[in-house]
Amino acid sequence: MSTGRTDSTTDTTGTGSTTGTAVVTGIGVVAPNGLGTEEYWAATLRGESGIRRLTRFDPAQYPSRLAGEVLGFDPSAHLPDRLLPQTDHMTRLALTAADLAVLDAGAGPEELHTLGAGVVTASASGGFEFGQRELENLWSKGNEYVSAYQSFAWFYAVNTGQISIRNGMRGPSGVIVADQAGGLDAVAHARRQLRGGASLMVTGGVDSSLCPWGWTAQIATGLLSTSDDPARAYTPFADTANGYVAGEGGAILVLETEEAALARGARPYGSVAGHAATFDPPPGSSRGPALRAAILGALADADCPPGDVDVVYADAAGLPDKDAAEAAALREVFGPHGVPVTAPKSMTGRLYSGGGPLDLATALLGFRDGVIPPTANVTLPDPAHRIDLVTGEPRAVATRTALVLARGHGGFNSAMVLRAPAAPRTPSP
Amino acid sequence: MSVQQIITLQDIVRALRAAAGEGDGVDLDGDIADVTFSELGYDSIAVLETVGSLERAYGFSLGDEAIQEAQTPGQLLRLAIEATAGVAGLAA
Repeated sequence: MSTGRTDSTTDTTGTGSTTGTAVVTGIGVVAPNGLGTEEYWAATLRGESGIRRLTRFDPAQYPSRLAGEVLGFDPSAHLPDRLLPQTDHMTRLALTAADLAVLDAGAGPEELHTLGAGVVTASASGGFEFGQRELENLWSKGNEYVSAYQSFAWFYAVNTGQISIRNGMRGPSGVIVADQAGGLDAVAHARRQLRGGASLMVTGGVDSSLCPWGWTAQIATGLLSTSDDPARAYTPFADTANGYVAGEGGAILVLETEEAALARGARPYGSVAGHAATFDPPPGSSRGPALRAAILGALADADCPPGDVDVVYADAAGLPDKDAAEAAALREVFGPHGVPVTAPKSMTGRLYSGGGPLDLATALLGFRDGVIPPTANVTLPDPAHRIDLVTGEPRAVATRTALVLARGHGGFNSAMVLRAPAAPRTPSP
Repeated sequence: MSVQQIITLQDIVRALRAAAGEGDGVDLDGDIADVTFSELGYDSIAVLETVGSLERAYGFSLGDEAIQEAQTPGQLLRLAIEATAGVAGLAA
């Protein structure tokens, strides 16, 4: 698996005439505990988890058997017939999320059918389910049985391509591959394109590789929980942390320059105020992990003192050493118990490229409704972490600045700061 | 392949539909023999996928040049009939 990323620490201010402020005007969510943004949000506030035994294939022979699946998704109800033969499951989910986001943003042909409208998504694995089927055709029947659509349907960039074609968008496009960190990096790159002159970007990430081939690749990291109890398998920051549960889905966002959004009467959920990405030193190095540097970089980019951060959406690896490293970084920046921390991904599993964007969506909905959603399945965090973890019930508190963290396997760190809009957005009817 | 199979336009349409999907606002059961694939909304990969499924079903090979030649379902049908005759001739 190749990895590539754009260096986010060298943001260049483009020649565009904008103030540089990028606002989120549309959200589309496909998550294991909710298909659709408000469905997901309501389930998350209820503490409703989407983690259960895999149904997509029989997981009995594998050491990990739980996952966050998007159940009840009928692709033909969401997408035209013509797209079905040429799309992997993850692309169908991504197109559905993009449709929801564009609809939510109220963006039409005038905004979309231009050279100023582009797409940047993240992808951690590509279309494994499609790829597995075609590899099986190749081995068992011969090359003439391999679908011509295999030429692109498995590819990392396919969600970006299909979203841009479906919406007639002809602006700057690309894909970021950085495991779970990539979802935030993609949004950062979309912001960079707005600063460079683009007017509207569709961004975020949706991943799924819940097929035997994809599952085997995930198990090989050794990071997945092997528990069969949905309530105990993924308990980030608890002393029972034993790995994470993998899920599918994510979120697609519509990002626009503040000028363009306000000029057409769109209502922003909030703005992307800052971002930084770092990479950990190699194993055995005397230098520590670089998550703290990513946090400090994002805060500096946002011109935001740590005390202004109202809530942190944690990466929440669900492994004792990684949880301890994240808690240490948070203590170093915010002080012990210095800021509310939450991990709603405990209800979806880790969604790879979809995880960061879904946390961004969750933080923006939290701004709107004055609430911090809880971390499920954790009663009390390990006291050694000394963090203020939101557990049990949602915490009713107005938040105006959120920090979202994401770490990718192999050393990727990404941090993004979001700010609430000046004029509060009220819930959609 | 001892019995010559006769391919009809309906077979081409069936293969097109199965391989590349039904289009929006296009009636594949209408008079489409001389409408280009492009006008029907099918790109070159859709045609390639359709030809592949026909080749597997009927046991002939059209070759890459033939695929580029066939711009309409009618043209594809003619090439397929010729190729089927070839297969039947070899088998006889």
